[in-house]
Amino acid sequence: MGAPAITMDVRRLGDSVAVVDIKGEVTSACEPVLMSAYEAAGPASKLVLNFAGLEYMNSGGIGMLVTLLVRANRQRQQLAAYGLSDHYREIFELTRLDEAITIFDSEESALEGVAR
Amino acid sequence: MTDTAGPDKVASAEQIGLSAQEAQATPPRDSASWARKVDRLEVDQRDGVRGTNVAGRRLMGPVQGFGKMWQKTYRMKAGSQIQPDHAIAVWKEHFPEFWPKGNRFAGALTGINPGDVALLDLAIGGGVKLSTGVFVLYADHESFTLMTPQGHMFAGWITFSSEKEGDETIIQAQVLMRANDPLYEAGMVMGGHAKEDKFWAATLIALGERLGVPDPTVQTTSTCVDSKRQWRHARNIWHNSAVRSVFQPPRRGASAQSQANQ
Repeated sequence: MGAPAITMDVRRLGDSVAVVDIKGEVTSACEPVLMSAYEAAGPASKLVLNFAGLEYMNSGGIGMLVTLLVRANRQRQQLAAYGLSDHYREIFELTRLDEAITIFDSEESALEGVAR
Repeated sequence: MTDTAGPDKVASAEQIGLSAQEAQATPPRDSASWARKVDRLEVDQRDGVRGTNVAGRRLMGPVQGFGKMWQKTYRMKAGSQIQPDHAIAVWKEHFPEFWPKGNRFAGALTGINPGDVALLDLAIGGGVKLSTGVFVLYADHESFTLMTPQGHMFAGWITFSSEKEGDETIIQAQVLMRANDPLYEAGMVMGGHAKEDKFWAATLIALGERLGVPDPTVQTTSTCVDSKRQWRHARNIWHNSAVRSVFQPPRRGASAQSQANQ
């Protein structure tokens, strides 16, 4: 298994919000990268995933997002997402992940949404 | 910042000279591998299975299930001669043939493709056949994933995949699931998990034998991802296909089709 073709940069916006900029391929192979990003987000109570740089995702990637969701729920953290193309938004709806991870159109609306 | 990408580092659309508009217009390379969105399952009657408890049902991911969330992995080493894409091609083409006896899988005639719905009759003990189905969520040349509908024993998906680890080809099935309702959860605790482990180990061994793996053995790993039960989904029991199967007439079309495994 090669190195996962993905980068995840974490931006802390104040004490309570962290944005994770995801660029590349989301597969089960990138679980260590995602979990490191999760750790880097620290105690933020709201995690916003930016999928604008998402280039590929398979079913293993969706599974990995479910495990991230479980972790976040355990810590009582809210999970949101934005930047999904129509294709990936449809996959979130098909897998019904959108019922647990709120999807927004832009970073601005995501930040507004999680602040409520 | 976390960045593990070395030689495989991802180039952005701008870096490779695509405009944002072009990048948006180009379909991602996974687009043909995913099923199109469906709200409720539609399926035709098929010979050899009852075909109940599927049409009109919604898909259920691990988020919608009731019980503890488990990730179970069944792994088989297949040596260096078998290529992963060959293993997956054989598995997709002959999927029902590897199932343990007493269970039936009636898929689409074209094999396993994204968006297909297969009908299942599963032996759950006491002479009861549970009639349910699965939806092909994702399929490419190295993996495919089935997702379950309302009423199935579990809410979640199972991914069948193969890859190289060094020289060795690994073939695996991985389930990410919650029992769908309190009744199924009780069943899983009282032998259901063991039965499921046995089912997928037997399936992998049958596949290994077909592929010519000498003495195929399966390693099973179970991890409880979330020990909390989601009581807000206890009402899933209304759709319980095991209960409904008890009160439904036996299957139509006694002659089993070639895909059905008696």
